[in-house]
Amino acid sequence: MNSIILQIAARYLKWILIVFAVLALLRGHNHPGGGFIGGLMAGLAIVYRSFAYNAFQIKEELKDRPERYIALGLSVILLSFVPSLIKNATLMTGLWFTIPLPFNEELKLGTPFLFDIGVFFTVIGVTLMFVFSLTQKSQP
Amino acid sequence: MEIVLAIVVGVLYTVSVYLMLRRSILKFIIGLIFMSNATNLLVFLSAGLVPGSPGFIKPEGVAAETMADPLPQALVLTAIVIGLGIVVFTLALKYKFFELTGTDDLDQLKQTDS
Amino acid sequence: MLHLLIVILIFSFGVFLMPGKMKKYNAIVLSLVQAGAFLFFLTRVPDITNLTFGHTLIEWIPQLGLNIEFVLDGLSMVFALLVTGIGALVFLYAGAYMKSYTGTNKFFFYLMLFSGAMLGLVLSGNLIQLFIFWELTSVLSFFLISFFHEKESARKAALQSFYITGLGGLSLLAGIILLGSVVDSYSLTEWLANPQAIQESKLYLPGLLLILTGVFTKSVQFPFHFWLPEAMQAPAPVSSYLHSATMVKAGVFLLARLNPVLGGTQEWIYIITLIGILTMLTGSYFALTQTDIKGILAYTTINALGVLVLLLGIGTRESIMAAMLFLFIHAFYKATLFMIAGLIEKKTGTREINELGGLVKYMPVTFVIALLSLLSMAGLPPLLGFLGKELIYEAKIQSPGIASVVLILGVTSNIFMVAISLFFVRKVFLGKYKTTNKVPNEKGFAFLIGPGILALLSLLLGLSPSNLGDAVIKPAITAVSLENVEIKLKLWHGFNQVFFMSLFTIVAGSFLFVAMLKSKKLMNAWRKFNSIVFSIQFEQVFAWILEKFVMVSTMKEKAVQHGYHRYYILTIFAFTSILLWVQFFYTQTPMQEINFTLKPFYISGLAVVIILVALASAVLRSRIVTIVAMGVAGYGIALIFLYYSAIDLAITQILVETLTIVMFMAILQRLPRFAVLSSKATRLRDFSIALVFGTIMTFITLKAINVNLNRPISDFFLENSYTRAYGENVVNVILVDFRALDTLGEVTVLTIAAVGVYLLLLPKKNKL
Repeated sequence: MNSIILQIAARYLKWILIVFAVLALLRGHNHPGGGFIGGLMAGLAIVYRSFAYNAFQIKEELKDRPERYIALGLSVILLSFVPSLIKNATLMTGLWFTIPLPFNEELKLGTPFLFDIGVFFTVIGVTLMFVFSLTQKSQP
Repeated sequence: MEIVLAIVVGVLYTVSVYLMLRRSILKFIIGLIFMSNATNLLVFLSAGLVPGSPGFIKPEGVAAETMADPLPQALVLTAIVIGLGIVVFTLALKYKFFELTGTDDLDQLKQTDS
Repeated sequence: MLHLLIVILIFSFGVFLMPGKMKKYNAIVLSLVQAGAFLFFLTRVPDITNLTFGHTLIEWIPQLGLNIEFVLDGLSMVFALLVTGIGALVFLYAGAYMKSYTGTNKFFFYLMLFSGAMLGLVLSGNLIQLFIFWELTSVLSFFLISFFHEKESARKAALQSFYITGLGGLSLLAGIILLGSVVDSYSLTEWLANPQAIQESKLYLPGLLLILTGVFTKSVQFPFHFWLPEAMQAPAPVSSYLHSATMVKAGVFLLARLNPVLGGTQEWIYIITLIGILTMLTGSYFALTQTDIKGILAYTTINALGVLVLLLGIGTRESIMAAMLFLFIHAFYKATLFMIAGLIEKKTGTREINELGGLVKYMPVTFVIALLSLLSMAGLPPLLGFLGKELIYEAKIQSPGIASVVLILGVTSNIFMVAISLFFVRKVFLGKYKTTNKVPNEKGFAFLIGPGILALLSLLLGLSPSNLGDAVIKPAITAVSLENVEIKLKLWHGFNQVFFMSLFTIVAGSFLFVAMLKSKKLMNAWRKFNSIVFSIQFEQVFAWILEKFVMVSTMKEKAVQHGYHRYYILTIFAFTSILLWVQFFYTQTPMQEINFTLKPFYISGLAVVIILVALASAVLRSRIVTIVAMGVAGYGIALIFLYYSAIDLAITQILVETLTIVMFMAILQRLPRFAVLSSKATRLRDFSIALVFGTIMTFITLKAINVNLNRPISDFFLENSYTRAYGENVVNVILVDFRALDTLGEVTVLTIAAVGVYLLLLPKKNKL
């Protein structure tokens, strides 16, 4: 495939899709979305671009290869276990920290959220790995 | 409505079993996808159908009794993603098989080592 | 006691870690370990005499009755002393014997492990644990028999003995489980506490027969006796240790161990006595015509094991006493003789009795040791064997009901034993020296120390048996018969009935011996006679059974494992739907009324679309259209999710479906078109199976909707999602908080799948 329209569209659509994916991840705890959905969306965005050019180039361009996403994701998941270990609670206990923000707001951060971020990255990596592995041979 | 959807489940299962009994691996994989979809739908239906009341809790509190059961949904969500993994893995296996043997016919796949 | 076993385990692995220069001290170190264990048990002897039983319990799965239990009572003590004591001497001997072979590390490893397993067996207080050690000894025996694995006969013998003892082991396990179900425990103490319940149960006879099969295979009883002579392919230390002194006695041990539980019934007495007599006669009779010295010893061992089993079958106090004493006697002289036989083979290069002769000139010390042992075997005074034989005669006189038969056969068998002992001495050591390949000598102190000590023990204990009797035999009898007894062991019993029988035995045996020696013709004729009359070779029968068994299983495998993928799947679905239909009919519960309605119509329309595209994808020939149809079905299902309040589910389904289609499309161009591979009839058959399965799934779905869910779990999630996990989206909270472990597992599965796909499709030039 070598369509200029598709390529230019993909360049911008990819970022839009990724922004949506991150949004889905962030609001996942209170609204529809979450790590899986966000990860699949972001993964599809990159796949979309890889189809517009071709998988091989994207792989080069990305510099960081799919396995790095998986490694990052799994590490973040492991990281999310650390607080519960430190507090000597059962492993994977959800712990929340409240950070006060100006204007009388507050931000709640918790280990489940960290866990979700880990899932997000792992799913991106897995998706990319699937697609790149299956498509790589079609390129001469 | 339950009856209609139950029939859908039955048809999906019929199609999936029929496809899985074909000799072509590609058809087998499509059958696998249908089976995974049918099973997801079955689990989802078993919780009962509640239209228009998704499992979202508002801080002020909502009567839980009228809400759709979130547990089967979480189960099925996991199942969908795992199903994807299985399908892709089978697809890769199939591709490798075709590359090595040059055939799509499962009956050629009789020996364990070759 | 557990610590002792662990020490033995550590040392057996330690064999491999010995630095190169220290290798030659391997045997000595292991021998010292055994001697240490022996001393440990020896210091415990006074405790046993005072009837305080050692008992260790480590709970493992108490719900299933699986615990690690060790018992040290009189009976265990007898065997523990034998295992460790003879073990120490055998290791010393093996150090010298194995010097010229390669692979001795392996040998000592197996032998040491074996001693641990045997010790574990006799100390077991739990029958499942006993079974495990029992099997371990079989496995290690297999490895030790096949030590010279480059010889085909050794491999064959090893396999044969393993099949038989393995079969017996399984049978034993079945028996233990059967009888264990009666008292609902595998603990020995429980069994000992409830003999009544076990003996009155319907399962008693089957359980007894199964356990006895295990016992008889292990203790080489008729008709399983044939594996022992074959097992003589093993190196001499193994024959001496496993196949005369310890392992083959495991069956006898088990009989004695279970005597209080299972013993005393008609079945017990008659089966065991009969088998014991048969074995005893078979052993001594065939020993006469053997020409291989280890073969002779093997058959006399069979005889001895027959005697032991017979004595336990009779089951009176005297017979048990005789059995316990005979255990020691036999271990002393037979271990010695096997070691001597190994030495002779080593020094002369042959085991054929006709090629040997006059060795007394070259091996005087060996001669003395062998003479003492053989006299003990023949049952001549003043050796321990004489005492044993007297007691055995006494016991046989008392055997209930069939005393005269037992006695006559027993005397006959002993006449044979006397003859064979004299024959052995005369042929091997006396007479004219026959030139052999090597000039024999007696170099090697380590060769003689073990046999020497054992032969001396035969003599000394024969002269003053009361110490042994009070300290060890008495507690053992108490353990076997569960009653306190007073015993007096002395060599001289006076001129009584038994003495005259002994006298007769010796005289008759000597006559037989002279006849055997003088007339070569007689021997040859006799061998011929045996080969005609006893033409049924048990080992051949066994081999035949084995061959047929393999044939049948090959046929079965060909029928069931045909290799056609779709027929496996067909079988699975056909049987699954049969089972589901059956279950569905048997569990019909009144169904809640479900109204058939097509409202809302757009969902009904969606359902129709899904059904149509699904059917289309089954029959269409074009690959792309099929995949698109599959995708449409998937999106349709996503819409159903969406309508019925599962928003996250719907989004995920859509994304996954998209990804699937993308991947199918990516790979499609490189795959062949669908070919029509099946005939119409096949397709019709497959469709009917699919339809049967689909129909039952529809009913099951309806039934599943009907199941009245009380929702305690879901309500817990709904209630706590916001208050305790600070999330409004309950599904997401379940995924990342309440059931995060499941999600972790899922992510792991995905990662594994991704890595698998990656490796499968790695281009060849980048192969790892």
